[in-house]
Amino acid sequence: MRQSFIARNPSILVFLLCLAVFTLAVTLMSHAMGAGLISTSFVKTLGKTLCLCLVAIAMDLVWGYCGILSLGHFAFFGLGGYMIGMWLMYARTEIIVAESLANAAIPPTPQEVVDAIGSQIFGVVGSSDFPPIWHFAHSLPAQLALVVLVPGLLALVFGWLAFRSRVTGVYLSILTQAMTLALSLYLFQNESGLRGNNGLSGLQNLPGVSASQDWVSLWFLWGSALALGLGYVLCAWVVSGKFGSVIRGIRDDEARVRFLGYSVEGYKLFIFTFTAIIAAVAGALYYPQAGIINPGEIAPIASIYLAVWVAIGGRGRLYGAVIGAALVSLVSTWFTGGMVPSLPLGFYTVDWVDWWLVLLGLSFVLVTLFAPKGIGGLVDLVGARVIPDRHGADYGPDKGSLREEEGRK
Amino acid sequence: MSALLEVSGISVTFDGYKAIRNLSFEIGERELRAIIGPNGAGKTTFMDIVTGKTKPDEGKVLWGEMSRNLLKMRESKIAQAGLGRKFQRPTVFEDQSVFDNLLMALKNPRGAFACLFYRPSRADRARVGELAEEVGLQEHLGRTSGELSHGQKQWLEIGMLLAQEPRLMLVDEPAAGMTLAEREHTTDLLVNLAKTRAVVVVEHDMEFVRRLNCRVTVLHEGSVLAEGSLDHVTRDPRVIEVYLGR
Repeated sequence: MRQSFIARNPSILVFLLCLAVFTLAVTLMSHAMGAGLISTSFVKTLGKTLCLCLVAIAMDLVWGYCGILSLGHFAFFGLGGYMIGMWLMYARTEIIVAESLANAAIPPTPQEVVDAIGSQIFGVVGSSDFPPIWHFAHSLPAQLALVVLVPGLLALVFGWLAFRSRVTGVYLSILTQAMTLALSLYLFQNESGLRGNNGLSGLQNLPGVSASQDWVSLWFLWGSALALGLGYVLCAWVVSGKFGSVIRGIRDDEARVRFLGYSVEGYKLFIFTFTAIIAAVAGALYYPQAGIINPGEIAPIASIYLAVWVAIGGRGRLYGAVIGAALVSLVSTWFTGGMVPSLPLGFYTVDWVDWWLVLLGLSFVLVTLFAPKGIGGLVDLVGARVIPDRHGADYGPDKGSLREEEGRK
Repeated sequence: MSALLEVSGISVTFDGYKAIRNLSFEIGERELRAIIGPNGAGKTTFMDIVTGKTKPDEGKVLWGEMSRNLLKMRESKIAQAGLGRKFQRPTVFEDQSVFDNLLMALKNPRGAFACLFYRPSRADRARVGELAEEVGLQEHLGRTSGELSHGQKQWLEIGMLLAQEPRLMLVDEPAAGMTLAEREHTTDLLVNLAKTRAVVVVEHDMEFVRRLNCRVTVLHEGSVLAEGSLDHVTRDPRVIEVYLGR
């Protein structure tokens, strides 16, 4: 009856193996290793895709397992990116300023250095003073802590208010959309202190690192793969066992779980905050690879995409979320990158850059209608073919065949 | 005998309709009680109030030796205090196994962190096995509960209720949709259970109530019409008029 955690969840091992093979293959084919089969920009795209897979797992946990259709998890993803971006931008500007001031006749005072950094960063929004939220920007450990703390606290407060008032279903979804929209609109303002619509840029340049982008892109790929692997195992552990039973119970029948004596609000709050933190970590790994973050990234549509990925991949199973996010975001890159030849119909030419969204929307509708289990549901079909479920029945049709109890001996 | 649950003078109005008016009710430790009444008499609303789902406009609901006020508690706290409820329609978690369903209901710490680090002990596994045997599902522990028949789901839900080890069980129409043999089995089980805890059964079926052989409370239009043995209440002319006479 008792089995180890991995033995009960063989999909974890398969997933980790696939991830390792993928990472190794990309590494060997990259420019940094001299093979040059994959361009550095594509290595970055793949690294970013891994981060999107991680946030999709978080979405699957909150929606597929706990039944909370949050349409605001990209806000946490973006916030994580902003938090790490602040340090990257500050530290890099500090080095540039230090270099240019080194030739000055009189050595600069620390205050002069800070002012120079300020005018470099905030010149674009017509300011030169550091807003209070940049207080810790000089310190990497502090900003790394903020990657977890800021989105975590936002999710905790938002979730506490929403769940305590028993807001559920579509109303909660609308509320989360409102949250991400409000945050996005706030960040668009120059007064928000995060450079308004310019966002934070130059994040691909790691301060104090002289290695080429060929190598940096690989490091981030490894980091993203590691985070995805750890996140997958952690989430699989959370949803296994009794906690997983309870949150799936909440998804299926909230009131019943309450009458069993479980505090549904507490569980929802835990899952909401936990997944917000995972999303933030994914964002903190994503944006240094993207190089730039601006408030447009956390527009409401981004969070809706996230739900679409998970729905197409198959909710309620972690690998489904990974498949959905990887497939849809890579195909999306392919279509919107103008790499797909247009389709001339004679009277009209289908240009895929414009028509991709229609295609995506259509596939979302089709998956929801005809394959509610998503792409991940295909695994069930294969599994059903390999191991026929004959529990409780005889092994064969003829009378002489063994019964299950005999066969097990 | 001091009361385990004491409901006094509660009233509820839904959109101007008085579902419960000045209802008082008392049940002692280890008592079996049947509640009957026509549709709309307020039976389910009464259960909703006691389990914390609905808040009454006025009145008191007191629980246990300490006379704790249940109206101030959340549903989950009320359940933890020892009030179990079985719904009319069997509500089990259909995509989870019978074992998981029972394990979830088992009396253990209910906090999120406690559950996260919880791994079933040998004693807990044994207890789940016992419960499954008690409700006749020991062969089906590994099955997904959605595959079970209607009657088996009812049993599973009763098993889950037992796993909670409640001091008071509220059972809503336990015999609905059951075959005659299953009904008899259910009656025996309820009578047995009432030896160790209080059981309140809400039922339409007069034959079933007769077999329970217990005190009966007749509800009508949100308040108690009559109370006593089944023979006593069925002789009451008002009961005959509103319920039996139809």
